[in-house]
Amino acid sequence: MTAPATPAEARRGGAVRDRVLDFSHRHRSISIIGGMTLVTLLLPVLAQAPPFNAFQPFNAWLDGFSNAGTYVLLALGLNIVVGLAGLLDLGYAAFFAFGAYAYAYGASPFSGNDFPFLPMLVVGAVVAATFGVLLGAPTLRLRGDYLAIVTLGFGEIVPIVFLNAEQYTNGTNGIGGVYPPEIAGHEFNILNPWPFYLLMAVILTLTLIIIYRLQDSRLGRAWMAIREDELAAAASGINTVTTKLLAFALGASTAGLAGVYNASKLTVVSPDQFLFQVSFTVLAMIVLGGMGNIWGVAVGAFIIYTLQATFLKQLNVFFAAINFPAFSLGPITIDLKSVNFTEYQFLLYGIALVLMMLLRPEGLFPSARRRRELHTAEEGAEPSPTGLDASGELA
Amino acid sequence: MTAASVAQRPAGIRLTRDIRIAISAVVFVAIFYVLIGPQQVANALTLGAIYALIALGYTMVYGIIELINFAHGDVFMIGAFVSMQLLLKALLPIFGIEAPFAIHNLPLLVVILAITFVVTMLVMGVVGVTIERFAYRPLRNAPRVAPLITAIGVSFILQNIALILFGPASNNFPQLIDPNAHADLAGASIAYVNIFIVVLAVVLMVALQMFVSRTRLGRAMRSTAQDRDAAQLMGVDLNQTIAVTFFIGSALAGAGGVVQGLYLGSVRWDLGFNAGLKAFTAAVLGGIGNTTGAALGGFVIGFIEVAAASKGYSRWSEAIVFTVLIGVLVFRPAGLLGQQLGERA
Repeated sequence: MTAPATPAEARRGGAVRDRVLDFSHRHRSISIIGGMTLVTLLLPVLAQAPPFNAFQPFNAWLDGFSNAGTYVLLALGLNIVVGLAGLLDLGYAAFFAFGAYAYAYGASPFSGNDFPFLPMLVVGAVVAATFGVLLGAPTLRLRGDYLAIVTLGFGEIVPIVFLNAEQYTNGTNGIGGVYPPEIAGHEFNILNPWPFYLLMAVILTLTLIIIYRLQDSRLGRAWMAIREDELAAAASGINTVTTKLLAFALGASTAGLAGVYNASKLTVVSPDQFLFQVSFTVLAMIVLGGMGNIWGVAVGAFIIYTLQATFLKQLNVFFAAINFPAFSLGPITIDLKSVNFTEYQFLLYGIALVLMMLLRPEGLFPSARRRRELHTAEEGAEPSPTGLDASGELA
Repeated sequence: MTAASVAQRPAGIRLTRDIRIAISAVVFVAIFYVLIGPQQVANALTLGAIYALIALGYTMVYGIIELINFAHGDVFMIGAFVSMQLLLKALLPIFGIEAPFAIHNLPLLVVILAITFVVTMLVMGVVGVTIERFAYRPLRNAPRVAPLITAIGVSFILQNIALILFGPASNNFPQLIDPNAHADLAGASIAYVNIFIVVLAVVLMVALQMFVSRTRLGRAMRSTAQDRDAAQLMGVDLNQTIAVTFFIGSALAGAGGVVQGLYLGSVRWDLGFNAGLKAFTAAVLGGIGNTTGAALGGFVIGFIEVAAASKGYSRWSEAIVFTVLIGVLVFRPAGLLGQQLGERA
């Protein structure tokens, strides 16, 4: 059992916390709506406060938050597949692509259609879910890493098909001029990031409510049972095939939503938006957030996206804005203002990924259930509080 | 465990299995010979040899710690750059060779190639061991996706080191073996480079096979792959064994990098990703964890790719490779030569 560091302290401060936790457990949907409203209001305020305002103008922040929201949505969907049902999916970007292309067909000059946005959101989700089932049906009997490899292959094939089937997808250039959303007569405009931001907040709130409800449902418990032990789950009367297919379909449909949103926001859909790197990044997000823990995954996704897309890109702008003094390390003088961080952006991102994993292999906010599992798994080997390096040092 | 039962099969059965593999390999090559002609078969064998060299590292690492080492393709790419720098900055100036670098003096060529291969393989071996020590070993008992993420992180790091040092454009690699020198063989003129690459790859694979099956360290590797705990109880030094595995795997990838440079005459920072993915596919195709299978898988992928390209479907070649992969996994989940993986999530 994992005990708090000092039990007495935890109990004293816990009275208020307990009541909050109790409320949030009993009225989960209300607390999600409350929490999301709070976050939605807080983020714009935070973006205008120092030191964040030094990074980039306010509109860029707001736009970045919407993009981060897309990734949060993707992470929430992948979390259903990987975190809850325990099926490692390395080609998740494919479903993102299906959502995006579905919207591009539904609302762009390329296809000549102009369907309204909100129904298309549903259509995108359904299209992605359909492909999720199509991929899942033959492959879900594969176990563990083989499933990961098949999804990896699928994730590679899909962008190639979109790239090469030129008469249907316009090849490398992709489908341009995709119509931005229009809701209740209000046409969204790229110049004004607010509607996109608010729309994403609403989508995320609804998704969170649905996913939390799913997790606590019979289906959610079945997913976790399969994650723990598929054989035992099957023996307990769970139809593992249907359950896994549902995890795949629901995870894919969330990616479909993200795809539709992203296509309508960028107004262009091209195959290079859905490469391997996207699948990887989303997987890194959920692992870092703490697999299986829904809000942890959402926060992890937000942190990684903001880190990668904003902080690392704008670091020298930031250092210049706060006029960071040059300092010397022995013989070399380092002036952070003149270092071109854009060049080192992905290098730093890679280092950050490795370091974060080494420091917290179970993620920033591991789910309680998952933490317990890890602990019981360790009892057989060498007890170690962090789960690090046990049998490695035995030899 | 199935692994143990295979190891204990009587020698006769194993022999017929080897013969069966050899016969199907010959039939396979013959079909492609008819289909795409001798010239393309030579290309396919060369490409397959490169994939096979990379795939061996994937399959060994997976066999021993069950990690899909996504950084392995980038180790291959770094190997190409290391040998390029070695040649351009040290060896070629020392021996006083100037562009266009093709060496026609056979003993000199052998010496330079030998030094290049040995040094690059040693350097990449050390790089591989370092990566294992700092990025994977601390996570050996962590959830299984954690080392997967660090592997991706390491892959980003390696790619961007190469990008920062050598820029986004292709870098010319000195083609030591004259790419225009041909030998007339089986009714086709085949470049000496191709012959050299295939022979070298086969020599390295046989050496690896001997190492794994005959030496003490090789036995330690096999036992660790079968049952890590039992191997430790028998006195196998786990850290050492895993380090050796990474050393050998990365050294082979380094050799693959040199070969790639000699063959194509150029290297680029993002070369490792796609090659790594295909080599990984090869490892899975052959049955991951199985070195013979990985080599075989590498050649199969090479043939598929070259056949697709020669029939005018080069844009689809990757899609075809991955479709074949999915097909194989669905109908024969353990790959061509593999054993069924145990029950693990």
